[in-house]
Amino acid sequence: MSVAPAEVDLPRSADKPTPDKPWVTIVWNDPINLMSYVTYVFQHVFGYPKKKAEKLMLDVHHKGKAVVASGAREAMEHNVEVLHGYGLWATVHQD
Amino acid sequence: MDPFRAVRGGGVKAALAAAEASLLRSLVSQVMDLIEPEAARATDLDELEAILQAQVAETPEDPVLARLLPDGYRDDPDAAGEFRKYTELALRAAKHEAAQLMLDTLPEEGGKIQLTADQAQAWLKALNDVRLALGTKLGVSEDFEQQWDGLAAKDPRRTAFEVYAWLGAVQESLVRALW
Repeated sequence: MSVAPAEVDLPRSADKPTPDKPWVTIVWNDPINLMSYVTYVFQHVFGYPKKKAEKLMLDVHHKGKAVVASGAREAMEHNVEVLHGYGLWATVHQD
Repeated sequence: MDPFRAVRGGGVKAALAAAEASLLRSLVSQVMDLIEPEAARATDLDELEAILQAQVAETPEDPVLARLLPDGYRDDPDAAGEFRKYTELALRAAKHEAAQLMLDTLPEEGGKIQLTADQAQAWLKALNDVRLALGTKLGVSEDFEQQWDGLAAKDPRRTAFEVYAWLGAVQESLVRALW
């Protein structure tokens, strides 16, 4: 066995994400969307129970953003498209 | 206005005064003009091709349009540009369609409105786009009521703030009716 080097230059390519870094959908706080509406959208789009949707909404409201889903990049891009359709301020990130 | 209420068997209903219906129609039409895909304005195939080829995958300069069609990636302009290239036209078309459906189900003279569950989803989105457009234009913060109170009595923006607050109440009643 050997000790891993402290730093490794990993190839960086947008098309080949490292498998241990899943992609996430982030929703950012904005002053216009209603709290009730954002909760409703989380329930409707992701099928989350009201309690979970409310907690995510409050995280967005108080912390400025929240991770609302994670998984494959394509799935996160699809989420963001749907959330933009509802007027939420959402982005894709590699966690 | 009679706020939205759930209808037994699905869907929602509400009632609007003539002035309220006319105001909503005007606001929705303005958003439609703003988000209409440029390609939809092409009158022939050559023009359509020119528009499609000239399409740049950049964040719109107009802050209202940038809010309605936001970047899909933060701090990564290349990924944001790629995302926009493949999604913006569809997003514009979807928003346009929801707004058109809202106009189609919004009687010009006001009165009763009854919506199916699907139509209510379109209203939810189109109404929210109107709020996003107006709110962005007014530069509202989370304490918009304080901003509103702080305006001088003769400030022309007072009316717009009043409309913005009313739209919020309509949207809130629609969300509650759908829950």
